[in-house]
Amino acid sequence: MKRAGFAQPWLPMLLLLPQLTIIVIFFYWPALEAVRSSFYLEDPFGFGSSFVGLENYQILLESREYRRVALFTLFFTLCVTFFSLAIALLLAVKADKVLRGATSYKTLLMWVYAIAPPVAGLMGAMLVNHSNGMITHLFGAAGYEFRNGLNYSDTAFTMILVAIWKQIPVNFIFFLSGLQSIPVSLREAAKIDNKSGTSRFWTITFPLLAPTGFFLLITNITYALFDTFGIIDVVIKGEPGNNPLTLVYKVYVDGFRGNDLGGSSAQSVVLMVLVLALTVFQFRLIEKRIHYT
Amino acid sequence: MANVSVKDVEKIYPNGFHAIKGANLEIEPGEFIVLVGPSGCGKSTLLRTIAGLEEASSGEISIGDRVVNDIDPADRNIAMVFQNYALYPHMTVYKNMAYGLKNRKLPNDQIDTQVQKAALMLGLSEHLDRKPSQLSGGQRQRVAMGRAIVRSPDLFLFDEPLSNLDAKLRSQMRIEIRKLQRELGVTSIYVTHDQVEAMTMADRIVVLNGGKIEQIGTPAEIYNSPASVFVASFMGAPPMNLMDAVADGNSIALPGGALPLNHEVHGPVTIGIRPEKAVITDQANGATLPFTHDFTEELGAIRLVHGHLGDTPFVVHRHDDAPLPDGPLFVSVAGENVNVFDQATGQKR
Amino acid sequence: MTKTETNRGQSAPRKRRFKLEHLLDHSILILGSLFMLVPVYLIIATSSFDRITVARKGLQYTFSDQMAENFHMAMFESTSFTGTVDGFTMLMNSLILGMGFAIGKIAISMMAAYAIVYFRLRFATFAFWLIFTTLLLPLEVRILPTYEIVQGLGMINTYSGLIIPLIASATGTFFFRQFFRSVPEELVEAARIDGAGPVKFFIDILVPLSKTMIAAIFIIMFVVGWNQYLWPTLITTDEGLFTLVRGIKQIMLVIADNNKIPEFGVAMALAIIAMLPPVLIVLFFQSWFVKGLVESDK
Repeated sequence: MKRAGFAQPWLPMLLLLPQLTIIVIFFYWPALEAVRSSFYLEDPFGFGSSFVGLENYQILLESREYRRVALFTLFFTLCVTFFSLAIALLLAVKADKVLRGATSYKTLLMWVYAIAPPVAGLMGAMLVNHSNGMITHLFGAAGYEFRNGLNYSDTAFTMILVAIWKQIPVNFIFFLSGLQSIPVSLREAAKIDNKSGTSRFWTITFPLLAPTGFFLLITNITYALFDTFGIIDVVIKGEPGNNPLTLVYKVYVDGFRGNDLGGSSAQSVVLMVLVLALTVFQFRLIEKRIHYT
Repeated sequence: MANVSVKDVEKIYPNGFHAIKGANLEIEPGEFIVLVGPSGCGKSTLLRTIAGLEEASSGEISIGDRVVNDIDPADRNIAMVFQNYALYPHMTVYKNMAYGLKNRKLPNDQIDTQVQKAALMLGLSEHLDRKPSQLSGGQRQRVAMGRAIVRSPDLFLFDEPLSNLDAKLRSQMRIEIRKLQRELGVTSIYVTHDQVEAMTMADRIVVLNGGKIEQIGTPAEIYNSPASVFVASFMGAPPMNLMDAVADGNSIALPGGALPLNHEVHGPVTIGIRPEKAVITDQANGATLPFTHDFTEELGAIRLVHGHLGDTPFVVHRHDDAPLPDGPLFVSVAGENVNVFDQATGQKR
Repeated sequence: MTKTETNRGQSAPRKRRFKLEHLLDHSILILGSLFMLVPVYLIIATSSFDRITVARKGLQYTFSDQMAENFHMAMFESTSFTGTVDGFTMLMNSLILGMGFAIGKIAISMMAAYAIVYFRLRFATFAFWLIFTTLLLPLEVRILPTYEIVQGLGMINTYSGLIIPLIASATGTFFFRQFFRSVPEELVEAARIDGAGPVKFFIDILVPLSKTMIAAIFIIMFVVGWNQYLWPTLITTDEGLFTLVRGIKQIMLVIADNNKIPEFGVAMALAIIAMLPPVLIVLFFQSWFVKGLVESDK
């Protein structure tokens, strides 16, 4: 609030109205609806629903398949987050360092941001095509028969590879802007204090990038959980079958294909709790240590 | 303690900017040298070249008789205090000071002794566990000093270290830095754009302009006999009164009269007179000029009398409280107080 | 103690070490750039081939002569991937989604942020938290109930059903709130002394001040809107409303169907058309894009 704010009573309400209407109808209502229907069992033939309490959750937690999906989601998220952050950090450090061609490298490394996930998935699918994909050939040359869509871990590999590729630009941009916000004099002071560039990176630059890093960690986990839907859908060609799936994809499959409204809703609620936990964690971290001013 | 020698150093940036044009400078062990000049004059570049943060395009820099051109900044055994202090925000005061020593692989107990000693010297002992963000501006400044001191360097480099402090703290730190430097006896190079800092702190001042060294000398030399119009106008507040005139042997013709000279000069010149070297009288004679009074600035201890000689603005210091005499006023200046510069080159004649 | 460790490292040939290091840095950057670039290059090259070649040999490194033809088919003929819709219609739909999403989001979030920051409003804090909470849950989490509500409102297969639910998050509001708070306090005081009311102040001062911010956010939002996939897939079953990115699903379904040879060249052309506008915008407005991304996400 500004000190000298306006005092009109109706205008601000009018200004808030569109935003509030939209979020109430398309956010709060569906979110509550998800919570509500997670306690109900939908009749498969559409004859109403009955209250079942926590049964949907119980079924969910006892389901071996759900646990398998959750485990894969964890693995997928860890891989995507770790590799896309690590690669982007390496590239950002180098792009920050070179003098010649820095702008061109920046452009070349960030433009993939604009490509839609399913388009990236389509490229991946073409590259791992069973009969003539280039990556398939590469594996073939190494004596391994790569079978995307048939072999569980091969499909997982494709999904992870594409998801990393798609996320590198965002991480790169943030790391680079983080690096560039480190004052020049600080780096120079470090140069006088420490001869080794590697040691300087780990003792000065890296800790100073921590705020950016933690922010990106959360962003990347969120990305891997939610924004990879398009990649996964295209890589597995819309066929869940025995393919690796993430939790979000399973919500979609059970809800829209399996018509298991209660189960899908329970899964939604689990995801909501997960995201909330992640956010709380994020705020805790921000509060606790990681900003220097 | 080490001597520093800068020989024919040039710095040309890849974009063609010629930042330093042939700098030569010999610094005695233990000397406190201030590089002063307007922004963009190359003073910081020269300092950073000596530090090794910039590479000289040509020329030679030695610290303690060792040519350091190809030596890493960390191996030059120097310490630098930066304008914004450049403290590591994620480290405590203690770690900030210890960082350079750790990287030299000093044993921990020796590091501790040195850090504690420096902290004591600077009154930081109670703040060693704090992060820089928890300190005041003056305290941060001290930490930056401490970080420099603990290394027992051959050479201190200061890059406008006081410009982020308020006026009171600045004059206090000025004295403290100078005191510390005398105690430790470490050769120091100090960059500033503030001529008061330069005058008060330096053993010798180096005045730079447009990448060139204009003059090297003690504060008194620089003040009393500036080598060029630039030095004359840059050093001193209020600045030296400057005006164009024609010299005719032993005197200078000016509107309404003439001023004496103590040496023979001919032709078009620029003359410079310090405000405190001029005297206002109501008695005209052969060596006075008619002065038109505009207004007087009261500064407490002294007064600045603003007016003009002919069309040229002219300022005179007055130390006595007596009011200005009534009637027509005149300015008289002794011959040895008239600085004469060549009008074309700006150099002293 | 000054001279003890000063003499080591003297032998280091500084210049040569620099050269080697530079070479390594550039190699890493070039490898990274190639990693990002090559897949797209392959798609572009492949779009110049006929379907038989691609079906037999996969993605191509070189260029052939079918590019114009493939792009023409992709743009103006109903392809083998869809029933009646052509690429041009999908391009228009993508534009509508991208622009509608970006403009809608900026408009409602600027208004809301203005109300929260500049008015003495009793429930401003409550409104802020109500809006802010939406940052926590992405659409994907509540996709099924949202779908049912939109269906219940009869908004399936409409542009509004496509766009409005996507706008129901607070990223924009949060960002403009931050920005408005950074605007100097004196500005509103000066404006009030000059006799400007809240509407005048908003239009004459705040909006012009926010211009670069708006541009930056617009670019990000346009790209995000354009690239939507899951929601359009659910909400548009009528081909006339397909976006290009939504169309990728149809391509994928045809490729997955092993009974016929898909028009690979046309598929690649469609994929290129689908990525071209956002890529061009990001490339042309790079500095705004970076600003928008870095500042809106933080």
